[in-house]
Amino acid sequence: MIEITPRNIRTWSMLGQRGTAFTMALPEIAGSQENVMVLTADLSLLSGLERFRETYPDRFIDVGIAEQNMIGIAAGLAKEGNCVFATTYATFLTMRSFEQIRNNLGVMRFNVKLVGSAAGVSMGTSGNCHHSIEDIALMRVIPNMQVIAPADALETIKVMEAVSRTKQPVYVRLTGSLNCPSVYKEDYRFEIGKGIVLNEGKDIAVIASGTLVGEALKACQLLKEQGFHPTVVNMHTIKPLDTELVEKLTKNHSVIYTLEEHSVIGGLGGAVAESLAELGTAVKLVRLGFKDSYAKLGSYEYLLEQNGLDADGIVKSILERK
Amino acid sequence: MAKRMRLTALDMAWKSGKKGAHLGPAFSCMEIMAVLYGNVMNLDSDTPEDAGRDRFISSKAHSVLAQYTALHEIGYISDQELDTFQDNDTLFGGHPVLNLEHGMEYTGGSLGMALSVGVGMALDAKRKKRTNRVFILLGDGELDEGSNWEAVMSAAHFKLDNLIIIVDKNGLQYDGPTEIIMNTDCLRQKFEAFRCKTDVMDGHDVGALLKVFQQNSENCPQVVIAETVKGKGVSFMENVREWHHAALSQKQYEQALQEIRGEQQ
Repeated sequence: MIEITPRNIRTWSMLGQRGTAFTMALPEIAGSQENVMVLTADLSLLSGLERFRETYPDRFIDVGIAEQNMIGIAAGLAKEGNCVFATTYATFLTMRSFEQIRNNLGVMRFNVKLVGSAAGVSMGTSGNCHHSIEDIALMRVIPNMQVIAPADALETIKVMEAVSRTKQPVYVRLTGSLNCPSVYKEDYRFEIGKGIVLNEGKDIAVIASGTLVGEALKACQLLKEQGFHPTVVNMHTIKPLDTELVEKLTKNHSVIYTLEEHSVIGGLGGAVAESLAELGTAVKLVRLGFKDSYAKLGSYEYLLEQNGLDADGIVKSILERK
Repeated sequence: MAKRMRLTALDMAWKSGKKGAHLGPAFSCMEIMAVLYGNVMNLDSDTPEDAGRDRFISSKAHSVLAQYTALHEIGYISDQELDTFQDNDTLFGGHPVLNLEHGMEYTGGSLGMALSVGVGMALDAKRKKRTNRVFILLGDGELDEGSNWEAVMSAAHFKLDNLIIIVDKNGLQYDGPTEIIMNTDCLRQKFEAFRCKTDVMDGHDVGALLKVFQQNSENCPQVVIAETVKGKGVSFMENVREWHHAALSQKQYEQALQEIRGEQQ
């Protein structure tokens, strides 16, 4: 069991959850679970996997720059009873090796945990090849695949522990910058597939996933100053979506906003839209995210601001409708 | 055994009627499958999930008739089960579906996928100090898929001498001869350049196949390039690309039957 202390939470947050905090959990998980193996495609140093490599050299495999091969090898290891974490940048992981994921993890349900680092636009000026705004849609469409986007570094650690206890293929999507703001200052109950209401309000609900949950909370504060009391939900699990919670929200809210660092097509917004349509409710839905377009280049903060995904942008979107 | 398998496969294809079946690519690797399943591999249909068993995946999964008929020969698939080939709700479709009870290690059909999985399986055997071997059968047309070469590179890098890669080199792919569609020639040199121990032989020569699979490589994967004839054993199918996947007419069925049986006498 990983020790959750305020000091640890601060350390993980400093590392940033987009790619390094998660690796802090792996040695502990491997220590308590003999069948855990970790694979990377030439991102060991960048992801902070060196500690794992040193502690468990025979349970760590770097396949070089070959994502398709990584998924195949992960599948072969999982087929033999291992619980395999395979990680690289979210773009290359989910897009280059999509069919390998579909056949091995989807069709055959091999126990592989995909961890996509630097999802969304956290790579900022690195360019569009490194921006990952289609990955949720791609992974969500695969039968048997779970999709989880943690809200902060602590939640990332908790997600790693939770997924290691299942035999289920899963895609964990990591967004955010270094010095990732904490949504959670202390330990809390995390359950795959159960969204968490962080602020109980009325009329307006913001359902967010990933590190934008922090922006949603900031927006909530700003709106309170203007007399609005929005509900804020951390929908960390995008698949299976907590449809019960969505249904509950339709009872006392007239507008639901979804917020994600992803295309508005096929991600959290898409999933909530499908759920609302099936419920046949009159609740309005506004999807905040990338509007079927690629971001320009710029710093992470700049890109969030330009696309209306930071706290001010969220407030603006909400006030526009009032 | 290979001849019996050809006859069974022919009957299965005939019963499939207009759906047709992949006879050509199955007939090119009948001897390979017969040698592996009938003699080389350590398998027991009573303990199909035994950790010590040898593993086999046909990455050229369309050769499934050769695999089903071999598994039928060694008790993994019964007569009745084989009869359900390509029926609704069957466990035995036009490409294999993962089912250890019936000896199928992998859901195949998309080319260029299984070798990486074989690398993972071989790595696991090494780490757990098991002595079983992992056999992966590839087609020569399939080698167009670049993912195979990522996998070969890593198999050699990880020194997987428990991994045996067999290439069913029948020289034909769907659209025509490999040398015209996409040349995968100089295979020996290619695999040797990746640091694999490589042998080239007649893929229908049972004696030669038996011998090569008895050898061991040291600190590197073993590659067997089996030169074969697509549609081997039936004159009108041999080296004819249309027989990659086709349906038999009554006349063709009878002629094929005669030719395979004739060989048997």
